[in-house]
Amino acid sequence: MTTATDRKLTMQKAIAEGIFQEMDVDPSVFVMGEDVGVYGGIFGSTEGLLAKFGPERIIDTPISETGFIGAAVGAAINGMRPIVELMFVDFFGVCMDQIYNNMAKIHYFSGGNIKVPVVLTTAVGGGYSDAGQHSQTLWGMFAHLPGMKVVVPSSAYDAKGLMISAIRDDNPVVYMFHKGALGLGWMVNNPRATGPVPAEAYEVPIGEARIAREGSDVTVVTIGLSVHKALDAAETLESQGISAEVIDLRSLVPLDREAVVASVQKTHRLVVVDEDYHSFGMTGEIISTAVEGAFDHLDAPPVRVATPDIPIPYSHGLEEWALPSSERIVAAVSELVSG
Amino acid sequence: MDIPKEHLVDMYETMVKIRRFEERIREMYFADKLPAFDIAAGLIPGEMHLAAGQEPVAVGMRPHLQPGDAITATHRPHHIAIAQGVDLNKMAAEIFGRDTGLGRGKGGHMHLFSVEPNFGCSGIIGEGMPVAVGAAMAFRFKGTDNIALSYFGEGAANQGAFHESLNLAALWKLPVVFICEDNAYAISVPKTASTAIPDNSDRASAYGIPGVLVPENDPVAVYEVMGAAMDRARRGDGPSLIEIKTDRLWGHFEGDADAYRDEAFKEEMNQRDPLIVFGKRLADEGILSAEEQAAIQEAQYAIVEEALDFALASPYPEPEAALEHVFA
Repeated sequence: MTTATDRKLTMQKAIAEGIFQEMDVDPSVFVMGEDVGVYGGIFGSTEGLLAKFGPERIIDTPISETGFIGAAVGAAINGMRPIVELMFVDFFGVCMDQIYNNMAKIHYFSGGNIKVPVVLTTAVGGGYSDAGQHSQTLWGMFAHLPGMKVVVPSSAYDAKGLMISAIRDDNPVVYMFHKGALGLGWMVNNPRATGPVPAEAYEVPIGEARIAREGSDVTVVTIGLSVHKALDAAETLESQGISAEVIDLRSLVPLDREAVVASVQKTHRLVVVDEDYHSFGMTGEIISTAVEGAFDHLDAPPVRVATPDIPIPYSHGLEEWALPSSERIVAAVSELVSG
Repeated sequence: MDIPKEHLVDMYETMVKIRRFEERIREMYFADKLPAFDIAAGLIPGEMHLAAGQEPVAVGMRPHLQPGDAITATHRPHHIAIAQGVDLNKMAAEIFGRDTGLGRGKGGHMHLFSVEPNFGCSGIIGEGMPVAVGAAMAFRFKGTDNIALSYFGEGAANQGAFHESLNLAALWKLPVVFICEDNAYAISVPKTASTAIPDNSDRASAYGIPGVLVPENDPVAVYEVMGAAMDRARRGDGPSLIEIKTDRLWGHFEGDADAYRDEAFKEEMNQRDPLIVFGKRLADEGILSAEEQAAIQEAQYAIVEEALDFALASPYPEPEAALEHVFA
């Protein structure tokens, strides 16, 4: 569904609005996590919810991720639809058992008899010098482990629609929002974080990629904040006479492989941009998909622009060098197309 | 014993059923694995953790259960599942990897899940404890008077999940009863080498909730303590922590040489086998005669055989069914 609207929201407000509207119509939805109540979520994902729904349904938790994420699993098994926030995805280390061994596997172990409709929201990404324990994306790791859907919106419109879809989904959904794409006043300024958002509730289907920009010379496949960087790069490339198509995957599980293959069949060249680590991740998976589905259409070996296999460094220059930037994307595409 | 006779009989019947089930699973587990033990061979492949000796822990709560109460159990789950009334045919079929099993052959004996009754277990130490907290949250949201029981071993009491779960349940005054099955050994490591204090029930004081020690592996003592804790939770007065000193009569898993427990210990343990002790007590106190106990055995053995027959007559899942049920 796409509704023309002049109403513009930041991605952060769009997320909170999606939760608000579902909680308003479904009493089984509740939110818990650290600082989701009076603070409204460290990144604003639960802004305004406490005032409307009260502390019974917007629950501040102790710093106790194994306890409260496991409790979300128990509540979901017993008829609730919890939204539970892991403040930074980097914190998965203290609670991953409940996520990948429990939340993601119970439906399978039960032979399909038990559903686990948890939405696990979590902030991802770097670019603001928060160093190696608060800057990772890690979506490739979550996508690698079976049993969880993994969604990563890059626009305000998708953020609301994907949140509503995630809440209504009967499966565990890991909903990752990039701190740099939220439009927070205290974060790196990002005009692309604000966009049209219809006032009414709507769904964006999980598992369908979006062509963020059409093009004909090269396909740039990416996700999260890197979509914005790829769009910036595409504008620069256009001035150089190169037409880049930007595919926003929007989810890694399910992965819209058809969209990747179709675009590569059209452009014959592929660049994959990923803020996650270079090896064993999304870039390799997307390139495999293109090779398996469009080998004969490729005019050149695919190229990846990713974070190297290093912890995210702190110092501004180090981090800027490590993370994918529009300049790196422009350089990679230029070389691929001219080569 | 100031307990209704039907509850005593029910607990005895259930203990007999559990013990028979575990004995028969043990026989069938080894039947095609000997003389050379091959863990992957036979009708029941994989690890097998049996609960012979721990029956009192399971049956003592049974008369206090209400429909809809949730239970989370451990990697050693059969006694609890049977006591809660999980479908024995489907449970056996799951253990034998059949398509008619609780999980259609996808979970096996450490991953038994049932909707009604509301049962789940896990192969990871302490993993079920937060889940019980969440079940209790759901009951509060829905306004029911259901409660959640969280079973775990004494080895789990040193996991973070134990402390996080007790804190959450106490903080939010949730209807949960935490039950530590203290069989004194975490595989080979004795509790004295793993735990800074003798009794985990004392750890309840750290969370401001009642902690009760049941020092004997006795279904009557468990019945009384669990009755009080479950009533308290159901009334809305919050969680409790119970520790029950019990015995794992056999090894950690089948095939375990059990060399870490000395023969004197094992001899003493077998002398206090709770099924024998409870049966004798019921006879001595004129509650169940030897003949009546024999009749109970015959009836319960038949139920177990029926479950095993059902499992063995059931088909295996189609191999490609491995791809199903990843997502709803």
